[in-house]
Amino acid sequence: MRTIFKVFQYELRDVVRSKWVILYTLFYLLITDALFRFGSDTSRAMVSLMNIIILLIPLVSIIFGTMYFYNARDFVEMLLSQPIERKRLFIGLFSGLALPLSGGFVLGVCLPFAIHSGKIYDMSSFVMLLASGILLTFIFIALALFISTKTDDKVRGLGISLLVWLFCAVLYDGLIWLIIAYFGDYPLEKAMIGLTIANPVDLARIVIMLKFDIAALMGYTGAVFEKFFGSLVGITIAGSSLILWIVAPLFAGMKLFNKKDF
Amino acid sequence: MVYFIVNCICVLFCVSATFASEIFYVGKGENYTSIKSALSKATKGDRIILKKGNYQEGEIIIDKEIELIGEDSPKIDGNNTYQPITIKANNVTIKGITVVNSKRSYINDFAAVKAMNVRNLTINNCHFSNNYFAVYLSKCSNCTIKNNLIESSSESETTSGNGIHQWYCDSIDIQDNTIRGHRDGIYLEFSHHAFIRNNISEKNLRYGLHFMFSDSCTYIDNTFRNNGSGVAVMYTKHITMIHNKFEHNWGSASYGMLLKEIYDSYMQGNTFTENTVGIFAESCNRNLIKGNEFTRNGWAIKVYSSSSENSFVDNNFSGNSFNVSTNGTHNTNTFNGNYWSEYNGYDINHDGIGDVPFRPVRLFSLLIEKQPPALILLRSIFVDVMDIAERIMPSLTPETLIDNEPKMKPNK
Repeated sequence: MRTIFKVFQYELRDVVRSKWVILYTLFYLLITDALFRFGSDTSRAMVSLMNIIILLIPLVSIIFGTMYFYNARDFVEMLLSQPIERKRLFIGLFSGLALPLSGGFVLGVCLPFAIHSGKIYDMSSFVMLLASGILLTFIFIALALFISTKTDDKVRGLGISLLVWLFCAVLYDGLIWLIIAYFGDYPLEKAMIGLTIANPVDLARIVIMLKFDIAALMGYTGAVFEKFFGSLVGITIAGSSLILWIVAPLFAGMKLFNKKDF
Repeated sequence: MVYFIVNCICVLFCVSATFASEIFYVGKGENYTSIKSALSKATKGDRIILKKGNYQEGEIIIDKEIELIGEDSPKIDGNNTYQPITIKANNVTIKGITVVNSKRSYINDFAAVKAMNVRNLTINNCHFSNNYFAVYLSKCSNCTIKNNLIESSSESETTSGNGIHQWYCDSIDIQDNTIRGHRDGIYLEFSHHAFIRNNISEKNLRYGLHFMFSDSCTYIDNTFRNNGSGVAVMYTKHITMIHNKFEHNWGSASYGMLLKEIYDSYMQGNTFTENTVGIFAESCNRNLIKGNEFTRNGWAIKVYSSSSENSFVDNNFSGNSFNVSTNGTHNTNTFNGNYWSEYNGYDINHDGIGDVPFRPVRLFSLLIEKQPPALILLRSIFVDVMDIAERIMPSLTPETLIDNEPKMKPNK
């Protein structure tokens, strides 16, 4: 545990010193404040915030993560020459990046929220927004760590990271679009639920949107979705899917990391 | 000449009748203790003044031209077993009474006040509570229903009636009423020339306003909010709707206003706020929809391609999830001079009109019309990219559905 903490501490200092996290926090601070200040009403501001979260958090997490891990390569090699268990080093690396990034996000969104708190009446949707942001950060940092461990070539690693983001955030929805277009004659509600749960970005989007505008617009489909994600089973499945998205790449990455010949 | 004499006689008769009118006081310690006993003595033009109290007299039938006036809102109770008041005479006036607990039935339309084949009925300042139907007019004309509070706590559509119900009526004036908790707030069928103004119809189970086959009616300054399915109007010509508010009719089968086969009508200055669908138009022709305000609706306008030659002019669309949606590529409706909050064109000569036309139909909304489950892709980046591509080079959305003169700033 102490080793993990040591690595975490070092990395935290390094990440903060690199100023990127501060910029990242400032960005959210400005955007959130602007949305609450100039937006006509808060629910619209929250929806815009959701758009930003879904677009930017995965992108920044995975790209920044991959870059950081490649740059930390020398540091890792140096530490590995010491009597340190690889597992602990790996977890330290992960938390050292995931925690400051999600912390920056939370700080950047919460500060303006506290200032404008008088305008907000729906606390639960805000909490949902924060939770999805944090989970998405963790997921995409874990993916970044896996990718950077898997490939030694920095450029290739970055390319793969970009592709993964592109797939999750954009192409996956295209696939859903195709499926709906081709299989529209069949009852698709359950398949849709399955497909959304499989992709963390979509899952975050749907869960937040059910809190806002989508439920009433969707008629029957909306009712099915609301029923599923409103039930304990649904929440459990959705939550465990997100956890699995963190644990699976971490676990796979750790396995690689343990055996890797640096 | 003969007409003149007849008229004179009539006028004289009327005047003498008014002069000869008697006032009957009904209440505890008055000459009459029941409405029925006073009614049996009363003659044309008399006035019955009802003192404060609770009157449970079963069915009261008013078959004389009288005025029934309540002081300190006396209560007439139908005990859930009677139809409290039935009106069968012309020129009856009812003021300031409270009518409660009319009978409910699955076969007959019992009402707090029911009038059949009657002219010049006036119902003012009354309070109707927990009735099946509240005011039921059948084949009546020139009646006024003003400043009443009509409420009920209905639980299902089958066990509830309408707030104000008109059937084959003509020239009915409905003003300043508040109606809540009925099945339909205001219901008209085969009724013409109704004038409906400044009413509030809210929290009704089904529709705030519902009419069919009711031509040439006018609706001004009414508010329809939080009704189960909003407002539905069908099979009617020559409607005028001005400055009404349609608010928060929100649910999977709710509409701000559902129009079906509405012809040659005029809608101006109405506001549609937070409805699932602001205006839904099916098979509607030649309507002018001008200067309305569509804010934060799911769909501002859903216009099916069975509707033709409607004009949407000078409206403001802001913050709607979808502005316009349609179900085909055929379109003969015109959109012109509207303000769209999504519009991002420019205005070089500063005349307030954007130089780039605006296409209010998103490709995505077309897909949803065909495949409703696709709505789960709302706000996905992929969909936004597709929409932009379609906007630049339209291939699937109707080519004629376009606003050539979009405003840069909201219309006033």
